[in-house]
Amino acid sequence: MTGQVATRESYGKALLALGESRNDVVVLDADLSGSTKTKAFSQQYPERFFNMGVAEANMIGTASGLASTGLTVFASSFAMFAVGKAFEQVRQEIALPIANVKICASHAGLTTGEDGASHQVLEDLAIMRVLPNMRVIVPADGRETEAAIAAVAASEGPAYVRLSRMKTPVFLPDDYEFEFGKIPVLRDGSDITLAACGVCVHPALEAAEMLATEGIQARVLNVACIKPLDEATLIAASRDTGAIVTVEEHQRRGGMGSAVAEVIAEQAPCHVRRLGMDDRFGESGDGAELLAHFGLDAPSIAQAARETLALKQKGR
Amino acid sequence: MSDTEAAPAPANTTRNTPTMTPDFDKLAVTAKELRRDVLTMLHASASGHPGGSLGMTDVFTTLYFGGHMNVDPKNPAWEDRDRFVLSNGHICPILYAILAKLEFFPHSELITLRKLGSNLQGHPDTHFTKGVDACTGSLGNGVSVGLGMALGARIAKKDYRVYVGSSDGESQEGQVWEMASAAAHYKVDNLTVLIDRNGIQIDGFTKDVMDQGDLAAKYAAFGWHVQEVDGHDMKAVHAALEKAKTVRGQPQMICCHTLLGKGVSYMENVPKWHGVAPSDDELKQALSELAD
Repeated sequence: MTGQVATRESYGKALLALGESRNDVVVLDADLSGSTKTKAFSQQYPERFFNMGVAEANMIGTASGLASTGLTVFASSFAMFAVGKAFEQVRQEIALPIANVKICASHAGLTTGEDGASHQVLEDLAIMRVLPNMRVIVPADGRETEAAIAAVAASEGPAYVRLSRMKTPVFLPDDYEFEFGKIPVLRDGSDITLAACGVCVHPALEAAEMLATEGIQARVLNVACIKPLDEATLIAASRDTGAIVTVEEHQRRGGMGSAVAEVIAEQAPCHVRRLGMDDRFGESGDGAELLAHFGLDAPSIAQAARETLALKQKGR
Repeated sequence: MSDTEAAPAPANTTRNTPTMTPDFDKLAVTAKELRRDVLTMLHASASGHPGGSLGMTDVFTTLYFGGHMNVDPKNPAWEDRDRFVLSNGHICPILYAILAKLEFFPHSELITLRKLGSNLQGHPDTHFTKGVDACTGSLGNGVSVGLGMALGARIAKKDYRVYVGSSDGESQEGQVWEMASAAAHYKVDNLTVLIDRNGIQIDGFTKDVMDQGDLAAKYAAFGWHVQEVDGHDMKAVHAALEKAKTVRGQPQMICCHTLLGKGVSYMENVPKWHGVAPSDDELKQALSELAD
């Protein structure tokens, strides 16, 4: 582990690197450049940055127009607004025309923390993953964020990258590479599978450690790429372990867990338990405290794994 | 380096060559022909929007055939071309008729409008139709795409212009004013928005549904260069397009006062003709009114 960093900070760093290496990269923000971390790019490359003000719908449409001229466009805001306010523009002007626009949105999920329910978007993955042509990525740490940003920049077409406000451990290896449609197995195990994304991946690894002390070997999957989804790795996990617990700071309905359950139900049925927000909104608080409060920290994940394993062993 | 190059340009330098004066008699003949095409396609598809298509025919005929739009039908994706975004995408029949006349695709395709397998979708779609620069149809979106295209010219240091077709009904969308704000802020002077001010929207007269007041004054208040023209006076439209090209440091709006359904007596200024296709008899009468 090499310290703690918020994925939004790594995004800002990755953008700066892109600005240096590619003059076709343009960045838009909607008056949140200090928070989304696009500000450093704006200062370094002012001619390729447009602050669109508090107007997300127009930002997304403008991004599409810029992309149509051959530019690679990054559009940032808080995830609540980029996805929520501008959904229709994202559908009509990014996904439908297959515009080369990367929507990189920060302050997603519960760990947005103190700002509370109005800012803790818990529906964005559900909304974005149903859009044709849209790739959906939730990096697990700063290192993966830098790799994912490089990957989306290098490949033509739309992508949604969900970023976090809270500092979290950087735990993936130095040489980690992001690959579309690939679920990396972070830890092997044959008793149960823990499939997590974003800030929930590290707690899932901690939960696996706890379970190991009890003799339970958990496989841990990093479902950073929710779309395209690596079905083969999920099917293998189902066949090998017979039980899957999914973990995300998102509504249980429609998010990563639902994406996993869709594959498992159709192709390799097994016991699936989806952890997330159960059809409710969040509230103000410290990010880590909120994860614990809503059952998404390591002890909660371990407990859910024990319960799911018990069901599997009962054959129910 | 010349003085003009040394001066800090607020926007990319836009084309400033006066267009050769068009043959307006010829343009009038073309407009009539395009109106006949619009009605024939809508009749064939048995759905679609004749009112605005006929209402903006003279404006768009002047734009495309009056020497303003710099496009190449043999190379629709030419990166230096002028762009046209039909933000009120439902009036695409007139755009399709124009693109067919310019030979972006065969004229015979026009009657496939809105049918399964057609290249002519119910609303403009870049994947299907050569010469269409943006996917539009949901009101409010296209104007922003046009702004992005115009900013793209600035970054690429190109001198193409972007024309956006919009309308008074569309101006009820908040996004239009987000765009208006941003275009003025960034002094985007290679962007010209052509507003169809026909005073009618689907549910009736705009003054009854959602009064737009003085649209020209609103755009002016946002910092735009604004002109008002009779949208059926092609000389006036041509002059306004010429004037817009000379404006520096401001986006331009041309408020085109038009008659919904222009050219077909029973359609003119009748709200129901916003989005209904003509029957057999109605088509016959319309075509006879529009005969050369």
